[in-house]
Amino acid sequence: MTKELYSGAEIILKSLVKEGVKEIFGYPGGQVIKIYDALYNQNEIKHYLVRHEQAAVHAAEGYARATGKCGVALVTSGPGACNTITGIANAYYDGYPIVVLTGQVGLAQIGNDAFQEADIVGITRSCCKHNYLVKDIKDIPRVIKEAFHIATTGKPGPVVIDLPKDVQTAKSTFEYPETIKLAGYNPNYKGHPLQMAKAVRMLAEAHRPVIISGGGVLMSGAHNEVQKLAELVQAPVTHTLMGTGTYPDSLDSSLGMLGMHGNYWANYAVVHADVILALGTRFNDRITGCLKRFARDSHVIHVDIDPCSISKNVKADIPIVGDVKNVLLGMIELFKKEDLNIYLDDKKKWFSQIDEWKQKRAIPPFASDKLSAITVIQKLYEITKKYNPIVCTEVGQHQMWTAQLFQFNEPRKLITSGGLGTMGFGFPAALGACAGKPEQLVLNIAGDGSIQMNIQELATCVDYGFNVINCIIDNGYLGMVRQWQEKLFNKHYSETQISGPDFVKVAEAYGAVGIRVEKEEEIEPAILKAIEAKKPVFIDFVVENFEMVYPWVLAGEPLTKVLLSNDCAAK
Amino acid sequence: MGVFHTISILVTNESGVLSRVVDLFSGRGYNIESLTVAPTVDRLYSRITIVTDGDSDAIEQINKQLNRLIPVIKVGDLSLSEALECEVALVKLNCKDEERSDVLRIVEATGSKIIDVTDKAYTIQTVGSEKQIQALVELIKPYGVKEFVRSGKIAMSKGNQFVSIKNA
Repeated sequence: MTKELYSGAEIILKSLVKEGVKEIFGYPGGQVIKIYDALYNQNEIKHYLVRHEQAAVHAAEGYARATGKCGVALVTSGPGACNTITGIANAYYDGYPIVVLTGQVGLAQIGNDAFQEADIVGITRSCCKHNYLVKDIKDIPRVIKEAFHIATTGKPGPVVIDLPKDVQTAKSTFEYPETIKLAGYNPNYKGHPLQMAKAVRMLAEAHRPVIISGGGVLMSGAHNEVQKLAELVQAPVTHTLMGTGTYPDSLDSSLGMLGMHGNYWANYAVVHADVILALGTRFNDRITGCLKRFARDSHVIHVDIDPCSISKNVKADIPIVGDVKNVLLGMIELFKKEDLNIYLDDKKKWFSQIDEWKQKRAIPPFASDKLSAITVIQKLYEITKKYNPIVCTEVGQHQMWTAQLFQFNEPRKLITSGGLGTMGFGFPAALGACAGKPEQLVLNIAGDGSIQMNIQELATCVDYGFNVINCIIDNGYLGMVRQWQEKLFNKHYSETQISGPDFVKVAEAYGAVGIRVEKEEEIEPAILKAIEAKKPVFIDFVVENFEMVYPWVLAGEPLTKVLLSNDCAAK
Repeated sequence: MGVFHTISILVTNESGVLSRVVDLFSGRGYNIESLTVAPTVDRLYSRITIVTDGDSDAIEQINKQLNRLIPVIKVGDLSLSEALECEVALVKLNCKDEERSDVLRIVEATGSKIIDVTDKAYTIQTVGSEKQIQALVELIKPYGVKEFVRSGKIAMSKGNQFVSIKNA
């Protein structure tokens, strides 16, 4: 009996189905027309047509962030592939699993500057975890299997698969491999037992311990273990932007976010700690401030699955390479077994010191006749709290205010671009979150600058009933850059004043709902109307132009040099 | 700037691997002093030898970053232990008749070989450490070097140590 022959395009889709893919985001073109033809003839994979390839990749990442599954994007060669770069880099820096399939010109044409040819494997090399150019139809199943494995294991990340047109049209039998052979790729999941034992002892003997919970905690699903260990050690927990939701903000022992715009008591606690347990964080400059002054007098225990993150920026006294969850489970067990004395008195003193820092300073409100962005976001949180929404953001002032004012008590509820800081990420990511979690309320908190970077996705939302509520914090400026210009560049607002369209009319033109809010009393009715609309919504919150994000540690300054208002620094 | 380190990298022999390794060095601001690459006994693998400089923290990062590349199978910093190192150099000279005997003496004294002779040119091959090659260069310079080619360093750890897998 001869085995059935399939086209490369069919084999691609069959392989995706084998990987459990049910939804992909994409945009057709000449060099993927064969794959789109195969999509037309099947009903196992649902394709969402976006309006820009960058959005397809952000949507795939939003989907991955909301669901914990691997996101998939499909685009054509040349311009389509080039448009994915920002999306790929974004997923790379924040470590989320996506697989990006790009079309390519036929094998014989590669290198000849053919129409819509781009060396996407070369272009993406430094911004993806791995990439492939498939030259033989027989390699498709193996490559796709490896790609999903690489994207989702270790420190997750994007993998790009470049698929020449003739590989898509060739015919072959289909057999999906059972196993993977990658001699050079063996992420280490288990922590070293001796290092773990040392870490447990160091934590027990600490007088002023602090735990920093990063994105790796979310990735490995270790949030419950962090809580358990924090209780055992009696340590307060702060989190990075990427670690938002990994430790409930509502707990007394939570210090909230640290870093440039973090809580200043969190920064103080980290600076004054004698032992720092850093979990799944790469100590980005936005959380360390001046590196030389960071953790100068403290011991650092650093747990991360990526050895490169350890001792890259902050030298670790006890490095532990492994999956955070595995390592924490091991440490918790050791803790219980050894029955360690944990210096409770010292820790009580430590907590009361932190309480003192918490109470001492409040951020003075900004005097203005106009609506305050802080009020809007605070209200937004209070009103939507009961729906437990997924909150996406763009990048800038609104992003930091959201991180500060929303309380997140579970992971995967804040979807925001951290490492790359991509304006235009939030809206398509929100769309992806809607696809992955259709039953959830999804907000996208945006600036009037950011929303204009991928505003075209409103059409996608209307098409598929992705009822994202876009809350545009409309201050007429690229607020974060303007804030730096005000403080550091003599108020030279160089090219940061930005106009926008009438967002209400734009929404209506797309068949969505548009609402404008200019007064405080209009906030609540507008949000309630948006929730009830069951349609994509733009709410244009016209706010004060010159409000600033505080607390603020200027770039390169030590974490304790916190500014609390335009003319007031914390002491 | 730190001391020079010789890094031995075993990779799968597939297209694009060398650019991944080189891109990593340029993208992260590391310097490449010399680089060699060739397949191993088993042609499924290739060996890349890179000489780079940096302090111990930088070398540790380079090591980790290289290990993060999927086609990289093993990485060894050979300067950590004593290593066997050598390099090949080819030198082409146009020497006058009266200089020929001097050149031949230098060739003999440095353990080099003449591998090509024409009526106008000598081509000398020398194999040895960086120092030995440098010594030859200094001695031969006055005779007018026409072309000089160096292979870049290859290296292997001494004794029972190895950065390898079976047949590679």
